[in-house]
Amino acid sequence: MKRIEAVNDCVVKFANVNGSGSASANELFARSILRMGVPVSPRNIFPSNIQGLPTWYEVRVNESGYQGRRGGVDLMVAMNPQTWAEDLKEIESGGYLFYDSSRPLPKSKFRDDINVIGMPLTEICNATYSDPRQRQLFKNIVYVGALSALMEIDPNEIEKLFSEQFKGKEALLQSNVKALRLGREYAQQHLSCPIGLRVKRANNVGSKIFVDGNTAAALGAVYGGATVCAWYPITPSSSLAEAFIKHCQKYRVDPATGRNRYAIIQGEDELASVGIAIGAGWNGARAFTCTSGPGISLMQEFIGLAYFAEIPVVLIDVQRGGPSTGMPTRTQQSDLLSCAYASHGDTRHVLLFPEDPTECFEFSAKAFDLAERLQTPVFLMTDLDIGMNTRLTDPFQWNDSRAYDRGKVMGYEDLEAGKEFGRYLDVDGDGIPYRTYPGTHPTRGAYFTRGTTKDRYARYSEAGPDYVDNMQRLMRKFESAKQLIPRPLLKPAAKPARFGAIYYGSTSPAMAEALDVLSARGIHVNALRVRGFPFQDEIADFVASHPWVFVIEQNRDAQLKTLLINEAKVNPSRLLSVLHYDGTPITARYIVEQISQHASARTVVPLKKVVS
Amino acid sequence: MTYIAKPKLHHPTLAKNQVGYTRRDYEGTVSTLCAGCGHDSISAAIVQACWELDIEPHRVAKLSGIGCSSKTPTYFLGNSHGFNSVHGRMPSVLTGANLANRDLIYLGVSGDGDTASIGLGQFAHSVRRGVNMVYIVENNGVYGLTKGQFSATADKGSKSKRGVANTDEPLDMIGMALLLGASYVARSFSGDKKQLVPLIKAAIEHRGAAFIDVISPCVAFNNHPGSTKSYDYVRAHNEAVSRLDFMEGREEITADYAAGTVIDVAQHDGSVVRLRKLAPDYDPTNRIKVMNYLQERAAAGEVVTGLLYVQPDSADLHQHLNTVEGPLGQLTERELCPGSVTLERINAALR
Repeated sequence: MKRIEAVNDCVVKFANVNGSGSASANELFARSILRMGVPVSPRNIFPSNIQGLPTWYEVRVNESGYQGRRGGVDLMVAMNPQTWAEDLKEIESGGYLFYDSSRPLPKSKFRDDINVIGMPLTEICNATYSDPRQRQLFKNIVYVGALSALMEIDPNEIEKLFSEQFKGKEALLQSNVKALRLGREYAQQHLSCPIGLRVKRANNVGSKIFVDGNTAAALGAVYGGATVCAWYPITPSSSLAEAFIKHCQKYRVDPATGRNRYAIIQGEDELASVGIAIGAGWNGARAFTCTSGPGISLMQEFIGLAYFAEIPVVLIDVQRGGPSTGMPTRTQQSDLLSCAYASHGDTRHVLLFPEDPTECFEFSAKAFDLAERLQTPVFLMTDLDIGMNTRLTDPFQWNDSRAYDRGKVMGYEDLEAGKEFGRYLDVDGDGIPYRTYPGTHPTRGAYFTRGTTKDRYARYSEAGPDYVDNMQRLMRKFESAKQLIPRPLLKPAAKPARFGAIYYGSTSPAMAEALDVLSARGIHVNALRVRGFPFQDEIADFVASHPWVFVIEQNRDAQLKTLLINEAKVNPSRLLSVLHYDGTPITARYIVEQISQHASARTVVPLKKVVS
Repeated sequence: MTYIAKPKLHHPTLAKNQVGYTRRDYEGTVSTLCAGCGHDSISAAIVQACWELDIEPHRVAKLSGIGCSSKTPTYFLGNSHGFNSVHGRMPSVLTGANLANRDLIYLGVSGDGDTASIGLGQFAHSVRRGVNMVYIVENNGVYGLTKGQFSATADKGSKSKRGVANTDEPLDMIGMALLLGASYVARSFSGDKKQLVPLIKAAIEHRGAAFIDVISPCVAFNNHPGSTKSYDYVRAHNEAVSRLDFMEGREEITADYAAGTVIDVAQHDGSVVRLRKLAPDYDPTNRIKVMNYLQERAAAGEVVTGLLYVQPDSADLHQHLNTVEGPLGQLTERELCPGSVTLERINAALR
């Protein structure tokens, strides 16, 4: 039978039942490979449930460092009878099935084009442990031990990981090591080791770090000076707020007094959460909320207030599958339009699109500067794929000479010196007015903040010209944002290219790989990664300089394309959508296939021309 | 009247308080509410209370939602920052503002529509968190700005201006505030300034969530026979349980009271709330008894007013969160940013 043979290049998928303790064992497997210098990119595929439903953990091992989801499975660790049939289908021909053979299964349950490796895991654990919980938990470690033998993973790396994890907990350490060896020894004695999928020590991890986007964005908020956070639990953003709590407990406690340099409120809902952040922003604190699509829907009215009253606030949207409750535990990039134009009336908002945890950290910190500089809501548009999966990414960096940009604030001295203050007065021509913090001066600089129309001096006005004057200034301010937000990054093709491609956010790793594959096939594509909204002029120029530009997105309605047509005034007939929105992360295979189809359709000489 | 700008010139003989301000310095622009509106009396009481307490006007932040009541912060404390937020959401905005700077005084002004209907959730949660604030509801039982619809505090059986009887149960904001753990709860009547001014003063000095329900008749839509929020009805059914004398710590208590009729409640800052009891058995520091008493009197058709409940040694949200002294908003990179060395350690732990 055919056997897939690959060194440092495969996809291993674990099919488990959630609540069975598999998550930490699976992560241990991924980390051990990483410790051997081989890049991995794991992904959790989990249900909206706590116990008893199917969950998967998919690890892509790739020495070249491609971190997008590849598609297909080379080795399935099938631990969940509920999903047996589907799991088996996913295995590539010539691939491997590892399963618990404690109970015999009829031949009809298997495929004859795959390599089947049965190991009586339940039997082994039942013979070794008497406690039912231990039988369950250590079964996971036992299979990791077996896999280490089957794939030639260095067991010392796994034991080292245990000793780091269970530092000071000797009993736990010993029992885990015992389970690991139990599995490994059984595999060595009873299974044919190694299989065709092997891990060989390499040196391709370098200084990279292994972290998820939510942890990174939360750390960015700490470094960016956020002091007030209000949030409401919602997948996939809850772990962001929880990470912020942890980071603050570690890095934000005044050592002299033991008191906190932060305030975190778990709101009663998303409305209150954004309201608290807006109140804090108004009163001079750097504040944020984190949520997902349904939360953004609820916050619309408040976002309009912050836009119109010009209050700095940061919103982190960890996007998931919509609309409505949608696919709460699956990924999508489908909140672009609801964030870009959030609220009734004419509004436009600043969006940032990080590609990975490194940019989650950077952009999160930067969002606070932008919000205060521009006095407006700033959205960090991450998603479940980046937010909740551990990713190998460039280390975080911080320049200690970096000062927070607190924006245009008039202080006591300015007011005392008699400087003219008009809350909505455009003194510098950039559309950005000065503000004052409440309580600054006894007689000057106080004003009334409101969501109603006002004149340049913040006085209530329903006069048409005052309204228009203010709305036009807000447009000028939005224009000013273009120069402040991260610029798009161009990845030119190796050879002159007729095709362009625009992509953003979590599509990045799959796109990098797709470009290489396409290039190897002779399809050359210049790629532009958009990192923020409003769009800078070079984005329109990029579109204008290519006859066709693919816009790759993870939503049904081509939301970025819509924004590009609306806002960058590009020619819609040049834009070709590549859309992936089934809730799984987009793959290089999918992008390659879509672009290849379009490309061949557009390189075929039209029949009319051949005939004439 | 409303188009006339208020003269800024003050008479030189106007009395000044200890921080050098006259009463006029605490006023705002001319009210645009209807002549005779109870809300204007409440604004005047706020002005009086702040002046008497020697508060510098700019150290107050006044926040409101949407509605007639929420328009009033423009009409008092013109040198204070104000925030007219969105309907029913003042409590969250105030909570955030308070977190950013604990050193200011927070005055939340709302109405019965803003608090008891659309904002019921935010009212409840800001109270249960113990946000240090004075939360005043200007309660007239009716939606004024949209011309006369019943609000959730309208009593069952009370009649609208068009003669339609309300069939829904009223929402008891005082009862809710007590249940939710407000540490200062009072009810008053906009027509009784003598009662209202000390209640506002003590609420400002109180630490924690201070809630004042002020019945404030709507002269345009809810001041007719059959209404239970009219001037006449409230005057006829008002049962004050206490008269409040608020004293700052430094003042000597000189008033002469009959024995057994007075309760002193010490506040966190050393000031004293002195109650003259009008109902002999009333103990405003016993929450359970207060709740029982209020239910009994309400069943008897009385509108109980005065300082209903005060918790000595109350705490606020900042204490619960153990935040540092001073405004969080004024902390700098030095206090907030862990720096590159720490970041390198974080990186190392993630390898």
